[in-house]
Amino acid sequence: MEFIMAILAGILFTTGIYNLLQKQMLRIIIGTGLISHGAHLFILTMGELKTGERGAPPILTEGVESYTDPLPQALILTSIVISFGVTSLLLVLAYRASKINGTDNMEQLRGNDYE
Amino acid sequence: MLVAVLLPFILALFIPLLSKWKNKLHTGYFVTIVPVIIFIYFIRFIGAGFEPVTREYSWIPSLDMNIVFYLDGLSLLFVLLISGIGALVAFYSIFYLHKSEQLGNFYVYFLLFMGSMLGVVLSDNVFVLYSFWEFTSLSSFLLIGFWNHKKASRYGALKSMLITVFGGLSLLGALVFMSNLTNTASIQGMIDQQQLILNHEYFPLILCLLLLGAFTKSAQFPFHIWLPDAMEAPTPVSAYLHSATMVKAGIYLVARYSPMLSSNDWFFIIVSTFGIITLCWGSYMAVRQTDLKGILAFSTISQLGMIMSMLGFGTKMAVFAAVFHILNHATFKGSLFMVAGIVDHETGSRDIRKLGGLMTYLPITATLAVLASFSMAGVPLPFLNGFYSKELFFDASLHLKVTPEGFKELLQMAMPYLAVFGSIFTFVYSMYFFFGTFRGKANIEELPKKPHEAPFGMLVSPIILVLGVIVIGLFPHLINEPFIAHAAHAVKGVEFEKHIKFWHGITPPLIMSLTVVVFGTILVLTRKIWQPVYRFIPGVLSMNKFYDGTVDRVERYSGKITNGYMNGSLGRYVRLILAAILVTTFAFMAVTGGFTIDTSNLADLSLPGISVAVMMVIAAVGTIITNNRITAILILGVVGYGLSMLFVLFRAPDLALTQLIIETVTVALFLLVFYHLPKLRKKEESASTRVLNIVISVGFGAMMTMIAISAHSSKWFDSIAGYFIEKSHSLGGGDNVVNVILVDFRGLDTLFEIVVLGIAAMAIFGMIRLRGNKEED
Repeated sequence: MEFIMAILAGILFTTGIYNLLQKQMLRIIIGTGLISHGAHLFILTMGELKTGERGAPPILTEGVESYTDPLPQALILTSIVISFGVTSLLLVLAYRASKINGTDNMEQLRGNDYE
Repeated sequence: MLVAVLLPFILALFIPLLSKWKNKLHTGYFVTIVPVIIFIYFIRFIGAGFEPVTREYSWIPSLDMNIVFYLDGLSLLFVLLISGIGALVAFYSIFYLHKSEQLGNFYVYFLLFMGSMLGVVLSDNVFVLYSFWEFTSLSSFLLIGFWNHKKASRYGALKSMLITVFGGLSLLGALVFMSNLTNTASIQGMIDQQQLILNHEYFPLILCLLLLGAFTKSAQFPFHIWLPDAMEAPTPVSAYLHSATMVKAGIYLVARYSPMLSSNDWFFIIVSTFGIITLCWGSYMAVRQTDLKGILAFSTISQLGMIMSMLGFGTKMAVFAAVFHILNHATFKGSLFMVAGIVDHETGSRDIRKLGGLMTYLPITATLAVLASFSMAGVPLPFLNGFYSKELFFDASLHLKVTPEGFKELLQMAMPYLAVFGSIFTFVYSMYFFFGTFRGKANIEELPKKPHEAPFGMLVSPIILVLGVIVIGLFPHLINEPFIAHAAHAVKGVEFEKHIKFWHGITPPLIMSLTVVVFGTILVLTRKIWQPVYRFIPGVLSMNKFYDGTVDRVERYSGKITNGYMNGSLGRYVRLILAAILVTTFAFMAVTGGFTIDTSNLADLSLPGISVAVMMVIAAVGTIITNNRITAILILGVVGYGLSMLFVLFRAPDLALTQLIIETVTVALFLLVFYHLPKLRKKEESASTRVLNIVISVGFGAMMTMIAISAHSSKWFDSIAGYFIEKSHSLGGGDNVVNVILVDFRGLDTLFEIVVLGIAAMAIFGMIRLRGNKEED
């Protein structure tokens, strides 16, 4: 199962980066979203996946010996919140930038002193 | 002694405060006092029984960088030159520079230069020496660019800066090498351990670096090109820096290290070859100049070449002559620069083609000029010091003590002829300088100003220097035994008789001198005829063209390279960054064999998991394919919800919850914003960019997959999960381990994650509410 998740994370990175390399801002933000999904999945996979009988959710219960690793989950939780903050900031930034400049094409957004 | 060296720096601090009295008293009067004090302080050391004096002051003892002053005959000669001519030049500049000039700046630079030059010649610690050395480059740069509204001044300042700092850095390399080898930072300490350096395998490198520093500073061929352009400086500066002091710093360095280096054959070959080339080229080129200061600049180059070649000869007589000529050159060249300044000041022109016949208008100046320029030419008159040192130079070139083999033998044979050749041209330009300016037809109407004799104050300094020329010429023994002999002793390291006594009789050197005078006179008289030769000889050999070309090419190509990759396109930067990551990671993995697969510890495949994964892949690829904004946003949502389903499957309830909520809010945000964003367009990239994008993104995905698999397959130690699960209840008082970690075990993460959210919220608020004036909505 880990290998499948690793491949899935890889595909999320691939599509995310492909979107990142486009010229439109919306696509770039979608790309960052995909990349952060990939990264979260990547961290979870690194912490040993436990399906079926191998581990219970990390909530202490009587009679359960094996739990999934709680630390990656805590890390991902933090990361989700941070990437949400960043994504919303990016969205508003894109909105404002395209309003002011009249374009959301990254190739046209260049400094004035560009030669 | 420390106070004496620091005095100029201290006064430089107070110069701006003196500007209050600027309108009453010229700042130069205050400045003149300093070198006079230093001169008086150091002149006490002169005497037949002089012994080296050492003073040590702590600076950075832990790095062996202490201010150690070592005053021997050589340092004393230079110190007296610097302070003596410094005083004369400061006095001269009072009359040369008008009060309306930026005198504060001028004298601050001037004092900085004087102090650092004193530091160069007195320092025994190589690092202190280097610091002062660069300080002279810096203050010289400032002084050359003093009239910074002129383009030529800025060009000359930059050129001298680039060349001398290039040499200075080479020198630093040599000094670091030597101090590492000998484990001391003291020059005398290095000379004591000279065998260690001379026998080291890097010795040729050390020698080259050291000489590069000396040659660039002392304007030796082919680094002489900065000196003529430095003539854009005010004339007092040219007189001081570019004739008497700074350009002799390289000479000083070679002389200072020659007890160590002169036993090496390569030292002789390199130094005397470059010196003699500089002598011939400088004197040859000086005849071509039309600017008075241009003539003097090339003359300085050639005289420095002469001194350098004599240091290269390394015989007793040559070293004595070199040291003697350092003093002589400073006297006559200093006065000639001042004469040129007076002519410029009184007629408004320095162009020798416009000048002429000024003798009747400037009689005193003309008298000074004739004495100084005849001394420079080495005309055999018994009251001119230039003649003695030239005579000694010829004598030394005839008596080279080398083992005659190969190139050295050739050099030994050629040296007298080259010396005579260079001296003939020296004679020619000296005569040209004097007769072109002061004799001939006077065309007063064409000059910007009506010439009249300079004010007396302006004449004082050149008169003193010319008196020096004559006094040394008449009574050479006056300074010989108590002064020059000590300096020569410091260079050569052995006691020897004073060769200066041998100037009588018809000897080969005298015949050479007479040859110079005869041929020189012929060349002066026929100058018009052979003048066209200059069209052919410097022509392509011009070092200036090479320098300008190099500077120009460096600027052009570095501009091209930078503009090549910094084209302002963010997409390109991202591609470069990602490609760099890909190349390094794959290369690293390939070299270290980092990719491993271990299938022993895998979780079971689960059908729901696989089907969710397939769904996410389809959705993720869909974001690329679709050209509809809503579709793209919604299928991004599908990926997010898929991820939260995976969190459910992999036993992460809190994650699933958070992901679900966040994804919903994000999609809502996207939907809010997308209405205001321009529509998604068809792809407009070229096929090659698209292929590149695909390669980079697929490569990156593959890289992440490989890293994930390798990392999973090589677990080196157990997770600390056991600790959290075990202690969650007893230490944290909670059963939900993830939550206990978030708020208890690793609460700091959470705190700052909240801060991140808060900042993002404030930034969003700011962006929406706070608007500039230029936007309407």
